[in-house]
Amino acid sequence: MIKKYLFVITCALGLAFPAIQAQAEVDKHARNLAASCAACHGTSGHSAGGTPVLAGMDKALFIGSMKDFKSGARPATVMHQHAKGYTDDEFSLLADFFAVQKR
Amino acid sequence: MSINRRDFLKLSVAGIAIGAFPSIAFAKSELLKKKGQRVVIVGGGFGGATAAKYIRMWSENKIEVVLVERNKQFVSCPMSNTVLSGKRTIKDLTRNYDGLKKYGIKQIQGEVTGIDPEKQAVMLANGHLSYDRLIIAPGVDFMFEQIEGLNAKVADESIHHAWKAGAQTVALRKQLESMPDGGVFALSIPKAPYRCPPGPYERACQVAHYLKNNKPKSKVLILDANPDITSKKGLFTAAWNELYPNMVEYRPNAAVLKVDVANNTAKTEFEDIKADVLNIIPPMKAGAVAGMAGVVGADGRWCAVDFLTYESKVHKNIHVIGDAISAALPKSGHMATSQAKVCAAAVIELMQGQAPEQNPTIVNTCYSMVSDMESVHVANVFRFNAEKQAMVSAEGGGVSAKRSELEGAMADYWLENILNDVLT
Repeated sequence: MIKKYLFVITCALGLAFPAIQAQAEVDKHARNLAASCAACHGTSGHSAGGTPVLAGMDKALFIGSMKDFKSGARPATVMHQHAKGYTDDEFSLLADFFAVQKR
Repeated sequence: MSINRRDFLKLSVAGIAIGAFPSIAFAKSELLKKKGQRVVIVGGGFGGATAAKYIRMWSENKIEVVLVERNKQFVSCPMSNTVLSGKRTIKDLTRNYDGLKKYGIKQIQGEVTGIDPEKQAVMLANGHLSYDRLIIAPGVDFMFEQIEGLNAKVADESIHHAWKAGAQTVALRKQLESMPDGGVFALSIPKAPYRCPPGPYERACQVAHYLKNNKPKSKVLILDANPDITSKKGLFTAAWNELYPNMVEYRPNAAVLKVDVANNTAKTEFEDIKADVLNIIPPMKAGAVAGMAGVVGADGRWCAVDFLTYESKVHKNIHVIGDAISAALPKSGHMATSQAKVCAAAVIELMQGQAPEQNPTIVNTCYSMVSDMESVHVANVFRFNAEKQAMVSAEGGGVSAKRSELEGAMADYWLENILNDVLT
């Protein structure tokens, strides 16, 4: 239900403020940050298998996972090391980027 | 800039060719008529193919991309050591370039014969390609001349390096299969920097895995030119001691200076080593295309670049990515793709009159198989440091806590995903 409302709101904003939407679509810094993840998680987060599909991942789930990897709360083989290399702001940028990628 | 004799010869030959080329004939020899903005990419490995795809994707197909690659097919160097143990065949690691067609990349299979940074053109046997910006991803070439008795022919025929996945990888596997039980497989590692720092130690594991199951009285002798194991040391020594006890022998500071081909013998400063299989990995430098472009640095080996754009420090509008650059970054497949994306984004911005990204942050994840099922990794985030004008390791990077089958599976997924990202 919430998703449905968000969709309606997003569409309305998009129609009313096309310039803002265009800008939001290409946060190049976020896109560039996310590009390095593709080796394991696929182009734009479309994993070919074995690793989580990041495309379309809920923002809160992405940020929460990264924070837990960083703190060690969530055990990992590799992700705890990568998570420590990023700031919380970068988690947020990455989450924004992946959340809007179509599954 | 110091240039070695071989590069100098190459430069002179290119110079003569260009000098003798009248400009009307030059215009006629354009292989593909250039209409809009064009990027030519030389080298279709991990770096070059990625740059081609991402420039098309991120420019929304506005920039023309021509990808020149001499080989018909792509063979992955990462994981090619597993061909030696028999876990994979070379076919498992071979892909075609058809998956890139949908991006509208113009692909040319051919050998580059020269590069003219003034005219901004890449020469091929049958004509040239003009460019607005050139990206070269030439990989590495081998400095055979540093080991007496070794040359490209010997490497193809008998003393293989197998450090570019392909025919030599298959040939080395055959030598291993023909080796008698109780024989010696000697593996020589050059001084760092070289392509794939942990690769030689992974190879020792893969060879030992095969020998353990097939020729258990045999030995793997590692002759390392370096003073110590250069990557994942604790993990590799644990694998050797626990998985292959008394089979792997490691000798530091043991640079091979000479080979006796007829007797299959390698000579170090201290001793002569006769082996049943000699696997010499020679010292490396940027691939020949870098010499043609005249972008090799004063060391005569690697290319200095600006880490915001990967533009050469020598020539404007020529970018260099991957193993060929001079950097405190590992020469790995993942690193080449990460650099390719920074370069692709910057090239688009520059061609559209915008400033490139000022904070490139990239990742390297590198798995090494220590048996048929178990793997270990090293993972790092690297950030641009404006003060140092260099990429530096961010906090938190490191290696596996221990080898595991879980990481073995992750390594398989890594390969599948990265090949998809590069080629589809």
